[in-house]
Amino acid sequence: MNATLPQTNTSEIPAPPRRLLTYFEEGGHTLGSWLLTTDHKRIGILYLYSIVFFFTIAAIAAALMRMELVTPSGDMVTSETYNKLFTIHGATMVWFFLIPSIPSVLGNFVVPLMIGARDLAFPRLNLLSWYLFNLGGLLAIYSIAFGGVDTGWTFYEPYSSAFSNTHVVTMVAGIFIAGFSSILTGLNFIVSIHTLRAPGMTWFKLPLFLWSTYATSIILVLATPVLAMTLVLVAAEKIWGVGIFDPRLGGDPVLFQHMFWFYSHPAVYIMILPGMGVVSEVIPCFSRKPIFGYHFVAFSSVAIALLGFFVWGHHMFVSSQSVYSALVFSMASYLVAVPSAIKVFNWTMTLYRGRIYLDTPMLYALGFIGLFMMGGLTGLFLAALGFNVHVHGTYFVVAHFHYIMVGGMVTGFLAGLHYWWPKITGRLYPESLGRLAALIIFIGFNITFFPQYVVGYLGMPRRYHAYAPEFQLYNVMSSAGASILGVGYLLPLIYLIWSLKHGKKAPPNPWKATGLEWQTPSPPPKHNFAQTPIVTQEPYQYSPEIEEELVHG
Amino acid sequence: MTFPILPEQASKVAEQTDNLYWGLLCISAAVCLIVFVPMACFLFKYRNGKPADRTPLHLPELKIELTWTLVPLLIFMCFYVWGAQNYFQVERPPPNALNIDVVGKQWMWKVQHPEGNREIDELHVPLGRMVKLTMTSEDVIHDLYLPAFRIKQDVVPGRYTTEWFKAAKLGSYHLFCSEYCGTSHSLMVGHVIVLTPAEYQAWLTKGQPGSTLAQSGENLFRELGCSGCHVGKSVVRAPPLEGLFGKPVPLSDREVVTADEGYLRDSILYPAKQIVAGYTNDMPSFRGKVSEEELLQIIAYIKSLGSQTPVREQ
Amino acid sequence: MAEAHESLAEQFDDMPQQLEASTLGMWTFLATEILFFGALFLSYIIYRHTYPEAFAEAGRQVKILHGTVNTALLLTSSLTMSFAIHAAQKGRNRPLLGFLFLTMFLGCCFLAVKGLEYKSDIDEHLVPGAHFAHELPVQGQIFWFLYWLMTGVHSLHLVAGIGVLAVIAWLAWRRRFSERYHNPVIISGLYWHFVDVIWVWLYALFYLINRHA
Repeated sequence: MNATLPQTNTSEIPAPPRRLLTYFEEGGHTLGSWLLTTDHKRIGILYLYSIVFFFTIAAIAAALMRMELVTPSGDMVTSETYNKLFTIHGATMVWFFLIPSIPSVLGNFVVPLMIGARDLAFPRLNLLSWYLFNLGGLLAIYSIAFGGVDTGWTFYEPYSSAFSNTHVVTMVAGIFIAGFSSILTGLNFIVSIHTLRAPGMTWFKLPLFLWSTYATSIILVLATPVLAMTLVLVAAEKIWGVGIFDPRLGGDPVLFQHMFWFYSHPAVYIMILPGMGVVSEVIPCFSRKPIFGYHFVAFSSVAIALLGFFVWGHHMFVSSQSVYSALVFSMASYLVAVPSAIKVFNWTMTLYRGRIYLDTPMLYALGFIGLFMMGGLTGLFLAALGFNVHVHGTYFVVAHFHYIMVGGMVTGFLAGLHYWWPKITGRLYPESLGRLAALIIFIGFNITFFPQYVVGYLGMPRRYHAYAPEFQLYNVMSSAGASILGVGYLLPLIYLIWSLKHGKKAPPNPWKATGLEWQTPSPPPKHNFAQTPIVTQEPYQYSPEIEEELVHG
Repeated sequence: MTFPILPEQASKVAEQTDNLYWGLLCISAAVCLIVFVPMACFLFKYRNGKPADRTPLHLPELKIELTWTLVPLLIFMCFYVWGAQNYFQVERPPPNALNIDVVGKQWMWKVQHPEGNREIDELHVPLGRMVKLTMTSEDVIHDLYLPAFRIKQDVVPGRYTTEWFKAAKLGSYHLFCSEYCGTSHSLMVGHVIVLTPAEYQAWLTKGQPGSTLAQSGENLFRELGCSGCHVGKSVVRAPPLEGLFGKPVPLSDREVVTADEGYLRDSILYPAKQIVAGYTNDMPSFRGKVSEEELLQIIAYIKSLGSQTPVREQ
Repeated sequence: MAEAHESLAEQFDDMPQQLEASTLGMWTFLATEILFFGALFLSYIIYRHTYPEAFAEAGRQVKILHGTVNTALLLTSSLTMSFAIHAAQKGRNRPLLGFLFLTMFLGCCFLAVKGLEYKSDIDEHLVPGAHFAHELPVQGQIFWFLYWLMTGVHSLHLVAGIGVLAVIAWLAWRRRFSERYHNPVIISGLYWHFVDVIWVWLYALFYLINRHA
């Protein structure tokens, strides 16, 4: 059946019982068994609930904004409300959906399975991180519900501390706390990947999803604390009225931007690397070929993570930093684009002479490549200094990062969710609906965000509640696309929930995929494997000559 | 509703930026072709169920990888240089430009012309003349964005930033704030109105300002008591200001700074920060006693006391 | 070949793996901590460079006696912590307990001295804000803001460290550590030393620079 069939290691482990209980069954179905669980799989599912909740809030804010922007005059909500909407949308999407999406949900679920471990290295810390995440989220919800925040997700000084009369402090506190959840998750992954790999699982036998998770974790651990401290400084300045960013006391508001982007640019890679990891799993599986250039794909993840720490200044080309530092940051931004390009070329090359199955995860993965390419290429536009001066702070930037984060990360998340759904739930999702949704999302997404490139180059600044009439056409197109996109996102939500009860039972390996997570029943038993697997082969040992009967046929 | 693709092109810089845009679009289109066409072919040809030759090839992997690492890198570096050239031009104001002061505050733009004319949310400039905007903010960070000239620059409280343009086309163009600055951010908009030099002169005269910017500055200089120490035969010894602007100033800590707008501003607001070599720290701070516009007037006065174009060093 | 041990968590195969994981975990956490403080050190360096005179003048108000005593206290506590680890490795429970208590005691002394220092700082209007000492330059407030924030965050870390040691001491009291199992003592020792090292930097930056003038 499969290439990396694990050999059993009977000498060290006591014989397993006949049929292992799944992680659902073991421990029971009580609320307590979920809220006090230290099982990485259950925690992954807890995270799934949380992020769907936050995604919904942020998506509603986005929908309201798109409705407002249908007309140029700003006549649906007041400008105060509008400012709060985009702040809610940005802050919630970034910190409470995108950053935890793939790492905390899919990563939590599959990282131990993929390395052949029984759990992460620190299961209790893992549960703690979920609680911290929700505590942070609760504070964010509190600030949204009791008046909102109007600073934008970037909290630029001195507006956020000295001029905004909204709930900046609670929002900042929420993000601070959620930051520790990120740090603990990253720490757990780093330690687990270092120390808990199954016998024979050397670094270069790791699935590429783990390389990207590892790279992501480095960023989580090293960048998040800087944001945390920066937000402490904002809160301190807001509460006591003294601080280090207020120019009235000789402070430098631009320093805040440096510190903020020192985190937030690497954070952009937290929001794309895991998606790349998922795609690197899905593409070989559904083209039945080993990935082309394994080492280059693996090291490009690490390269992105490391180079990503040296490009923050490209958010500040017009902020009055020196032209010479702008030169350095522009150069570094071009350099960091190279490893991304390498990945795209390798994925495409993997398709060559493969046996391609266009199942839902594959459709999403291909969509990822297309949208990520568009986002990445416009990243090259933005890295060009002279060009950046014109489009900085316009809808061009908005379109660019939505192509990366929504087109990339959310599509990658959906690819991964569909790919591992049978493993997570033990059920199959309805394939035809899955393909339909993938198509609708791809089309809706492009109609929503492509016009924003044009309107951005025309000069429409972002965060505008009312805008000049000549921008209207593109905004109407964008809003129309957003409604299609909304339907696209609603579909998976419905059929995935439906599949929990009515989906067909999933076999252990519906995609005939390699990788240890497929060597155990679906859903897996509490300790993942009946016996510790031993890895002897390279990853992705697929052979395109053999016609496989995948689960959907 | 209209269907524009490019904003109006009202300067040479705008043209250059658009050229860069087209260059980037071309290379992006090429990359898309290189990736998407083979991808589509592969998806079609090797789809499960289609007969095709699927025997694995042993390709020279390292060579292929290095090719698609180094070739993009090379292309990227070309665009890096192109973009950087444009940037240097945009970021460095040419000498002898017409200096206009802009003060941003929530949520309006206040403009002062050297002849003393003032306007709000409008900026009248003459055609074909270099215009340099010296900008600061009274409250939060704003950003003065002129899409038709493809330029923008953050307007930061506590310091002066500049941007420059040379209008090549008559007309009225958008002026936007493009750094989020609070409730009415989207209303902090206005127009740049490009006039012929004659019309501009007429507009200046019609405004009938009582005094030029430098004259207003001189009045303030007296009222605030600056003249008590900084003028020739005063009792307290203070550095003379004649011909100061643009010159290097040796400081007591042996550093040498250029007397630009930022230096003058800091010396008025935080006299203790930089003390001129040979003098003591006797000057009171004028923090909170002068507005941003008044500061710019005083600086205009000091500039008028014999100036020399600031030499940018380092 | 692993032996079953009551302190071996189920996700690990054997004790060395568990020790490796927890040590790596602590070092990773310390990397996070370094960047956490790093943001503050960076701010300090930038403003020190921007306003050297104001910082020097504000810096002369810092109580060097308190700072020096505290440095001595913390460095000694690191020594006693090392002794505690040594005792744990030898499986000697009584010296382990003794050194842990000594370490905690030195930590508490540090906090007490710090408290006295804070008191006199407040009395001398060295708290940034409306009542900040008028004779100091405006940017001196930045110095003092960073002083309060950085020493405050450090003290919080120390409080956390004392808490951790208290738990360790309780476990030692329950005789949970032996020659074979003492990971938690080593791990908490790492944390304790880290908190010390941070203080050494704070001492240098806030108490020692520009004292001569």
